[in-house]
Amino acid sequence: MSTSATQRTIEAVYRMESAKLIARLTRFTRDVGSAEELAQTALLAALEQWPASGVPDNPAAWLMQTAKRRAIDATRHLKVREKKQRELGYATELARAGPDMETAADDDVGDDLLRLVFISCHPVLSTEAQVALTLRLLAGLTTSEIARAFLVPEPTISQRIVRAKRTLSEKKVPFELPRGEERRARLMSVLAVIYLIFNEGYSATIGDDWVRPELCQDALRLARILSGLMPDEPEVHGLTALMALQASRTAARIDASGAPVLLAEQNRARWDYTLIGHGLRALETAERLGGARGPYALQAALAACHARATTAEATDWPRIADLYAELAAVMESPVVELNRSVAIGMVNGPAAGLAHLDGSDMSALTGYHLLPAVRGDFLTKLGRIDEARAELLRGAELALNEREKKLLRDRAAACGSG
Amino acid sequence: MRVMVIVNATKATEAGVMPTTDELAAMGKYNEELVKAGIMLAGDGLHPTKRAARIQFNGDKRVVVDGPFAESKELIAGFWIWQVKSLEEAIEWGKRCPNPTGAMGQLELRPLFEASDFGAEYTPELRANEDKLRKQIESRES
Repeated sequence: MSTSATQRTIEAVYRMESAKLIARLTRFTRDVGSAEELAQTALLAALEQWPASGVPDNPAAWLMQTAKRRAIDATRHLKVREKKQRELGYATELARAGPDMETAADDDVGDDLLRLVFISCHPVLSTEAQVALTLRLLAGLTTSEIARAFLVPEPTISQRIVRAKRTLSEKKVPFELPRGEERRARLMSVLAVIYLIFNEGYSATIGDDWVRPELCQDALRLARILSGLMPDEPEVHGLTALMALQASRTAARIDASGAPVLLAEQNRARWDYTLIGHGLRALETAERLGGARGPYALQAALAACHARATTAEATDWPRIADLYAELAAVMESPVVELNRSVAIGMVNGPAAGLAHLDGSDMSALTGYHLLPAVRGDFLTKLGRIDEARAELLRGAELALNEREKKLLRDRAAACGSG
Repeated sequence: MRVMVIVNATKATEAGVMPTTDELAAMGKYNEELVKAGIMLAGDGLHPTKRAARIQFNGDKRVVVDGPFAESKELIAGFWIWQVKSLEEAIEWGKRCPNPTGAMGQLELRPLFEASDFGAEYTPELRANEDKLRKQIESRES
């Protein structure tokens, strides 16, 4: 195996193992930052040794063993000081843990992984920090990969991660599974982070590309992992379903030139029916677990209405309008009302849709390009061409993404000169 | 990227030897790991080729040949489709596949074509036709 091939193998192994490795190490260090440092030390050792020795038969155990040994070595050289008590404590614990740690049952790792999920999305951290930490610690992305995905300079991401780890350490955030009422709220913030990662990939807010499928795949993978870790939580399955159903349309959402294609105009033969199958099954699971009314399950049910329609005309708009009404009841959001007005427009005509839209409080959406885009669409259908053109142009101005700007400008131009 | 992992047939799979409880348990545990890691998209085992058929093409001619087929090494006994970051990752997962009987065997890893692999040569119309076909196949399965 050539050096670069070995290096790629090591990177692949590390990506596969790092979350479990960090999760297990955090159990002992009680500090995510030092656990990740230990994991990184093991990675460096692998990069040094494997090109000569070859990849060990059980690379996961090798990495764990190496990380553990380095932890013990490191503490041996430390002077006993008050502030090092904690590290010394874990070194003793690590030494005592012995071989059990490498052979610990997968279920144990599952709990540690889940703790790592919760700590990465902890409310003491900003959303941006939660996203970066989740991608780094759980999806195994490198700092430069995260930076590229979010189109920000690498030092920004690496500072964000360093600061996040410092905050967790300073605030002494415990490495534990939240219980009771807290668990629900904390789970919601985990799901929000995963969905945010997905949306950044699915509808890139900035940049020239409308879709960054890699980020969608990362989010989907995280959701599938979480479904395995928390099989009884309906909303986890609801989110998995929602993202799978949305991702199934990726190939149809852009045309050959890279321009966005609206749902009604998409070639449904280009949807990914494997992902649709996954999505519908995950939605069934969420509903079977009694979670049909969960916000993610409801949004998944909405996506499923589209996925099940073989043509745009076959879409069950009355069911969609009902689902939006249910969603509005559990999740107060102007975006929901905006979409609901589209559904109402499809069922009862553009005048009814426009009336619902104008009757809803949209003050929070000032500056959101889809608000004038939807109004513009209603106005076009109502033949109010001049108003429509103005709305569409305003939408084009507000859109951050070049592809979406052009789509809206084209629609404005299609209104003609009135 | 998606990778198809092809499980090559052996004399035993072609003879229709059913796996033992232990073998099933080992494979079940492995599949569970693949699911937990979030990489499993699809996967199934195939009947031996004595239940298979081939359609041979020659110009406009179509000749149907019933199984079983010879050369078991070239045949397929099962497959997975994995969503992974790289071929290296797929290889690492593949190496962890259990081999409880200790027999000789082989996995073949084949990356799937993604739409982005075809440049301008691959027009939307062509894609649409391909996808329509795929859709029909999959709707028949479900």
